[in-house]
Amino acid sequence: MISVNRFKCAYCGACIGVCRFDANELIETWVEINDNCTMCMACVKVCPVGALEVVDEN
Amino acid sequence: MKTDYDVIVVGAGPGGSMAAKTAAKMGLDTLLIEKRQEIGTPVRCAEGVSKNELKDLIELDERWIAADIVGAKIYAPDGTELRMSEERAGSEVGYVLERKIFDRHLARLAAREGAEVIVKTRAFGLERSNGVATLKLMHQGEIFEVSAPIIIGADGVESKVGQWAGINTSLKLNEIESCVQYLMADIDIEPEYCHFYLGNKVAPGGYVWIFPKGEREANVGIGVLASRARRTAKEYLDEFVKRTFPQGSIVEIVVGGVPVKGPIERAVSDNVMLVGDAARHTDPITGGGILNAMKAGIYAGEVAAIAIERKDYSSKTLALYDEKWKATIGKTIGRNLLIKEKFVKFSDNELNKLAHSIAKYEVEEMSVRGLMTRLILKNPKLLWDLKDVFLKAR
Repeated sequence: MISVNRFKCAYCGACIGVCRFDANELIETWVEINDNCTMCMACVKVCPVGALEVVDEN
Repeated sequence: MKTDYDVIVVGAGPGGSMAAKTAAKMGLDTLLIEKRQEIGTPVRCAEGVSKNELKDLIELDERWIAADIVGAKIYAPDGTELRMSEERAGSEVGYVLERKIFDRHLARLAAREGAEVIVKTRAFGLERSNGVATLKLMHQGEIFEVSAPIIIGADGVESKVGQWAGINTSLKLNEIESCVQYLMADIDIEPEYCHFYLGNKVAPGGYVWIFPKGEREANVGIGVLASRARRTAKEYLDEFVKRTFPQGSIVEIVVGGVPVKGPIERAVSDNVMLVGDAARHTDPITGGGILNAMKAGIYAGEVAAIAIERKDYSSKTLALYDEKWKATIGKTIGRNLLIKEKFVKFSDNELNKLAHSIAKYEVEEMSVRGLMTRLILKNPKLLWDLKDVFLKAR
């Protein structure tokens, strides 16, 4: 799954702009990712500060 | 907050506030909501605007002008300098704004016209039935429903209003610049010039900018095309800063995604209009979005008034808004999209050659058009396919 490193994230919203699956949202100052995520990686690639990463679900 | 309005504007950036201001001035019962607890922060912007265009839209106020700019210098990958200025005309051509103050000022103007403004209020759902739209809102943990026949989505690059309304605004990775900027203090700069650095090593598919905000202070930032970048925007910027301003202090970090998609097919749907970043109104070459968002906001406010008067909120009536922004904003961003698509393919060598071809001239018109006209005249072969598109579009 995709995980947001909240210490790196600057809540700019770029990751939401590139999501085609309505799988994330910027709620005030944090990003939430929901079950629509297909792991297409667009958000990981666009993040200006590298705050999004793939993590093992376990 | 009431339960019914004529217009609800989602997002209090420059586009949303101008939309609310315009709608309220035309007598519409207007609500402007902002999800953040402070309008204007955190900033997501390099803050540069053209002076002439800004003063056509709003009365200038020195409280939100950080610097006056007389010209720009563009650097090719090999360091060749291109200078653009209108000094001879005897006036500054641009401003670097203080967006935190600017955005609040615009929201205040909307309030002064009678719009109700509310912050820390997030829209999380949209339903439409019988000609009326209902937004689900959360304000400090409490849920409200508010209805209006017109919703203006000015909710930024992360727009949800567009998604809910079925308007296609999705951005592919070659349609968004990934950006980071540092506000740097105590650095040696030219306080009246904006600087731009081009090149596939420095900023693939984008550029590095230095926008002065005082004698020894500037926004130093970068945009890289997400599809072209091999590292994060931050890593590219850190490299530039380490080389150029090793002694400077970073007093603010700004991060953002800038759409460079060009005009979308439509920015309306029944009961809904999108403005600014939400409608991808940013310029694909410069990345500038403030003025386009403000203009779009004004158009949307005007069309809202027409729709209310006609009691027709269908996409057919709201298409008037599409006509308005496409005839103005749309033309320029369409043209600049073609230039962008050409330029992102150039190698550093080709960029150097282009710069050499016009390096000895000073470009007197400080605009994309001024620069491109000179470049096309000097490089008809390399820029052959832009020739018709560009010169005709004048």
